[in-house]
Amino acid sequence: MSKFLEVTNLNVSFPTEDGEVRASNEVSYSVGLGETLAIVGESGSGKSVSNLAVMGLHNPTRTKISGSAVLNLAGGPVDVISASAQTVRNLRGKAMSMIFQDPMSALHPFFTIGDQIAEAWHLYNKGSKKDGIKKATEMLDLVGIPDASSRVHDYPHQFSGGMRQRAMIAMALVNNPSLLIADEPTTALDVTVQSQILQLLKDLQKEFNMAIILITHDLGVVAEVADRICVMYGGRIVEDGTVEDIFYRPEHPYTLGLLNSVPRIDAGESHRLRAIPGQPPSLISLPSGCAFQPRCEYSSKVSSGACTSTVPLLNDKGSGHLSRCHLEVADLNNLVKDKA
Amino acid sequence: MFTFVIRRLVYTIILLAIVSLTIFFIFDLIPVDPARLVCSKQCTPSLVEANRHRLGLDVSVLEQWWRFIVGLFAGRTFGEGGIAITCAAPALGYSFSRHECVTTIVAEAFPYTLSLALGAFVLWLSVGISLGVLSARKKGKFADRAASVFVLVGTSLPTFITGILVVLFIVLQFNLVNPLELGNWHSPLTDPLGWLQTFFFPCATLALAYAATYTRFTRSNVIETSSEDFIRTARAKGLSEKVILRKHTLRAALAPIVTIAGLDFAGLLGGAIITEGIFGLNGLGRLSIKAVTQTYDLPIIVSTTLIASAFVLIMNLIVDIAYAFIDPRVRTS
Repeated sequence: MSKFLEVTNLNVSFPTEDGEVRASNEVSYSVGLGETLAIVGESGSGKSVSNLAVMGLHNPTRTKISGSAVLNLAGGPVDVISASAQTVRNLRGKAMSMIFQDPMSALHPFFTIGDQIAEAWHLYNKGSKKDGIKKATEMLDLVGIPDASSRVHDYPHQFSGGMRQRAMIAMALVNNPSLLIADEPTTALDVTVQSQILQLLKDLQKEFNMAIILITHDLGVVAEVADRICVMYGGRIVEDGTVEDIFYRPEHPYTLGLLNSVPRIDAGESHRLRAIPGQPPSLISLPSGCAFQPRCEYSSKVSSGACTSTVPLLNDKGSGHLSRCHLEVADLNNLVKDKA
Repeated sequence: MFTFVIRRLVYTIILLAIVSLTIFFIFDLIPVDPARLVCSKQCTPSLVEANRHRLGLDVSVLEQWWRFIVGLFAGRTFGEGGIAITCAAPALGYSFSRHECVTTIVAEAFPYTLSLALGAFVLWLSVGISLGVLSARKKGKFADRAASVFVLVGTSLPTFITGILVVLFIVLQFNLVNPLELGNWHSPLTDPLGWLQTFFFPCATLALAYAATYTRFTRSNVIETSSEDFIRTARAKGLSEKVILRKHTLRAALAPIVTIAGLDFAGLLGGAIITEGIFGLNGLGRLSIKAVTQTYDLPIIVSTTLIASAFVLIMNLIVDIAYAFIDPRVRTS
């Protein structure tokens, strides 16, 4: 059965004077209704760029996009990459919505929260101004804004950070979209508010049977809400699996590095966090071979020197758990055991 | 909001009082004696003293200022008996070079200045904003380059050059305006065509430099606003580019323009000295430059300076109030 969104071999690059920035490279992922896909990676790994391409939010004159991203709508499948700008625009807000990292700057400072939500509603619904505000109030109530009927007339600066993100969610969901792309929705918020927002997203997902793509670099967030995880590095997906696969049976040295760099409350006082050495790669000139190879502590263990010469394939080593490494999983596990 | 306006109004009045007091003190320091100027060659010490008394200059500066303030509200009489002259409120003083109440002189000059300032304001705002938006939308394309040439020409040509070129070519060469008609007053209400004849070219001359700056400013503001997160949000909602530009981008991009436009306009209401001079318009600018350089007519200098600063202060207040309507963040803080 086909999933709601199927992204296949998506390439996004930005031609610049210094060369072509290949921000997203042969990226494939999919997400079904009611499912949450987390895309994890550090800054510049291509996680936002791929999803902005799905939303059609890149500037067409400055971006080169190829591949496909098919939305399986009730009226038939639509490839948003090859569809006209007009077609994609009519899907935005209705079939797919997006919320962003910084709710402080993502809302227009000159319009009330209610007006901004109502504006989105009016795009796809007929109704008076009053109906729009009524709908906005309902939505604010739904996302847990207390006293919504009076707060609907407030301006963004009168809302706290967490409330603004709630308002953004209300705005994104006002037309009942099937896909919600959440681009680091909790990064700008403090920890207690973070978990509230995640819980809210989970609840709303159940209520609306939405597909959610959660873009984040926070593994804690992922563990809490995701069904599937894609780990991205240097514009490529390096590992793809279920939450259990990624957290308990990681198959890629980068994923291992990420997991090791997360502080653990049960690790004891003497435990040092193990950072991944080195810098993220330049997307203009990726290292030859595996993009992670210069930072990889296991690259010397691959005898043939394949790490520096060939880009590893995203191999399915069993049961839908994919990873992009020259090392055999068993060998990697042995190496990890030896170190510990 | 109401208390905000009242508070600002009180500040404005206090500031105006301070400004006017300062002007009186400054002009007291100028080594020109108006009482002597009035009687020119037949001066005797007693005549000078009598004149000084009649002009109200025989008291302290503070007293002079106070009389001026009172005169503003209650009118004022200069001299006594048969030669007394009464200027009705708001009295700005009595001009000894023109033997008229300054209020009358200013009232004659102001329509010229207002016409010039208002006409130029409308021209430069419409040209500047539309060109700015156009070149922001067509960034890097032909329209943008053409606009940047206009900006370069507009900002680098001083008004006294453009003004003279306009007079030379349009008025004298092509006879679009009768040179003898240059600078004649026609009321825009009864004779709009005549008014246009007198004021169109001066307004265009004055507007050129401003339009160029505003084009640049609008362009950079629109480009900057277009990359704001909330514009991306508007796009993510599914709004069309047209709505995004008109409603979301322009609202935020043009807000700062209100501030500078208001202040630029206020500055011009004090008189555009060069443009008025070139086109022979007897506005406030010409009035004050003549008073400063030729007649040393202190009451006129004091009045025109005060009027100019009053316009700036009042416009500042209007801009602040307008801004509170535009930007809700200002309203609540």
